Amino acid sequence: MYNYNQFDHDFVRNRVNEFRGQVVRRLDGSLTEDEFKPLRLMNGLYLQLHAYMLRVAIPYGTLNSRQMNQLAMISEKFDKGYGHFTTRQNIQYNWPVLKDTPDILDALADVEMHAIQTSGNCVRNVTADHFAGAAADEIEDPRPTAELLRQWSMDHPEFQFLPRKFKIAMTGGPNDRAVTKAHDIGIRMVRNEKGEPGYEMLIGGGLGRTPMIGKVVREFLPKADLLPYVEAILQVYNLNGRRDNKYKARIKILVHETGIDTLREWIEEVFETQKSHHQAPPVEMIEAIEAQFQPPKLDNAKVDEDKLSKVISSDPLLRSFVETNISEHFDSNHAIVTISLKPIGGTPGDATAEQMRIMAGLAEAYGYDELRVSHEQNIILPHVRRDDLPEVYKVLKEAGLATANVGLLSDMIACPGMDYCALATARSIPVAQELSNAFEDLKLQQDIGPLKIKISGCINACGHHHVGHIGILGLDKAGVESYQITLGGDGTETASIGERAGPGFSYEEIVPAVSRIIDRYMSIRESKNDTFLDVYRRVGADTFKEALYPEEAASA
Amino acid sequence: MSVIVRDSGFEKDTWETDGGLFIDLEKYGQDVTEREPNKTAIDIPNDVTVESLKGLFNSAAMIRIPFPSFADGRGFSLAKQLRQQGYEGKLRAVGHIISDQYGFARVCGFDEVEIDFDMAGRQPEEQWLARVPKQDLSYQNLLMGKRPLRNI
Repeated sequence: MYNYNQFDHDFVRNRVNEFRGQVVRRLDGSLTEDEFKPLRLMNGLYLQLHAYMLRVAIPYGTLNSRQMNQLAMISEKFDKGYGHFTTRQNIQYNWPVLKDTPDILDALADVEMHAIQTSGNCVRNVTADHFAGAAADEIEDPRPTAELLRQWSMDHPEFQFLPRKFKIAMTGGPNDRAVTKAHDIGIRMVRNEKGEPGYEMLIGGGLGRTPMIGKVVREFLPKADLLPYVEAILQVYNLNGRRDNKYKARIKILVHETGIDTLREWIEEVFETQKSHHQAPPVEMIEAIEAQFQPPKLDNAKVDEDKLSKVISSDPLLRSFVETNISEHFDSNHAIVTISLKPIGGTPGDATAEQMRIMAGLAEAYGYDELRVSHEQNIILPHVRRDDLPEVYKVLKEAGLATANVGLLSDMIACPGMDYCALATARSIPVAQELSNAFEDLKLQQDIGPLKIKISGCINACGHHHVGHIGILGLDKAGVESYQITLGGDGTETASIGERAGPGFSYEEIVPAVSRIIDRYMSIRESKNDTFLDVYRRVGADTFKEALYPEEAASA
Repeated sequence: MSVIVRDSGFEKDTWETDGGLFIDLEKYGQDVTEREPNKTAIDIPNDVTVESLKGLFNSAAMIRIPFPSFADGRGFSLAKQLRQQGYEGKLRAVGHIISDQYGFARVCGFDEVEIDFDMAGRQPEEQWLARVPKQDLSYQNLLMGKRPLRNI
């Protein structure tokens, strides 16, 4: 867990005061609305459909109980008693008032948090694997690097007015839980043939209206070269990215139009110059950051496995929770608990102040005071002793937080859609809720197996539909909502963009259409281990199209 | 006429009244017999490559970089590259720049900013002075062992 030093404290507090002044200057006319807009965006403040929305950064998704409790307090004092956890590992408040926002930012600064660069055409909150520092399959914890990048990008004088927003994601091992291939820069920790740790650098991934999988720009970057190299990528993008059309302004378009090989040459050339002008970060600074991400001192008393398995097998609901929501920890006495924010029929990612406090309390009592936000809009307790699982489950269950659906059909990503967002062209949350209700039987979901459904309410794809095994995109067709289905997307290390299945479905038709896909999958899979994605990759789209459009299939 | 913003505050633009000339880059090579470097400023577009300007570094006392809109941040990277490539003359940013960007401009290597009277009226001197960078206060300096590229 990173603790602010004096400089971090001063910087964040200074920034709050600066924003307080900007709000005053907007109100007295020094700043036009046009000029105020990027300044408020740099501080996380959006103007949405019904109200302002404040997006708070949770760098690489890591927080402690004190911070979670403060998020709960803010939601009660300045909002309607709940918050929305997002795919960028942030939390959004949907109903703050402009004049209160400097006070909210001060309350965040009190617990070493901020909303800086959660919006605007700058380097956004750096995201990372939500199991970082706990996963059994990790090469190295990616968070010290992500923290380094957070600091580097803060108020970077050269890169506050880029052609478009810029997102960086990191993963610490071979299993990509951070969708790194769909980011402007994706970073994966690797080792070279000498066994030294370094980074594989990808650029040009992104979703939105032109989805692209990131391309490798450097196979192995020594750790010490990270900042000058990232600076080189940003400088090349700032000077060459398109500014004539905001829909073509992301770096993915530059990569696509210029070609990765030419771009690599440009970047390497700038990198050489950058390197000669920058000293590497002082070693003691890097070490000070790394020291703060050491795993907690784990209680290594041996878990009584016999006793634990008896307790678990005596309660079918607990058993199903353990089977679904628990992941392997690097320490065999511990486990990673994923708390689903996807109750059946609920709004994906929403948590009430009360629920936030309960999760904070659990982290304090059973989780070495650590919590994570996942890009899949769930909350993680990364270090829990396995013999504490029954007790943790009991508390979660009482708070309505024990839905055993992680990785299953109802563990959907959905953007806020037309219920909140000014850009949306269709509703997403109600579609997620109806789908969840239609498959409310968790046993059925478990039988269906691993399935990622992702829903976006417009072409900007905040719901990641392109990388959903089943993606749903809500559009507006002459004033009527129309939902397009994509199939076979994947956001992991085997990333792929889903393929459009055919014409869209109306709001009433979309849930039955998804059911037909599931039915077809269930009828053709070879075994329970034959997942939806496996089947799709093996047999292709045709059989699913036939299930989706039976009339066309009949007349063909 | 314009207002020049420097770390000391607003000043009159005396470049041309003192006999200086602004010359567009595209006309720079034409019909020149003798040009005094200390009276010469080059206006460059913000999509030029710094590589193509290298030969001109010693022939002009000033390079002026346009900001067609405050949201177009190319000028920041251009200034940075010019300094990195060894340009030591004056760098001026001209156009739509807001006081909130003054510190960024200075840290990227600009010496001064040229704004019109409308902007100077709307964002008076104290708003710009509040943005004079305190060089010790940045993550980039701390992390990359960087020092300011150039002080006035």
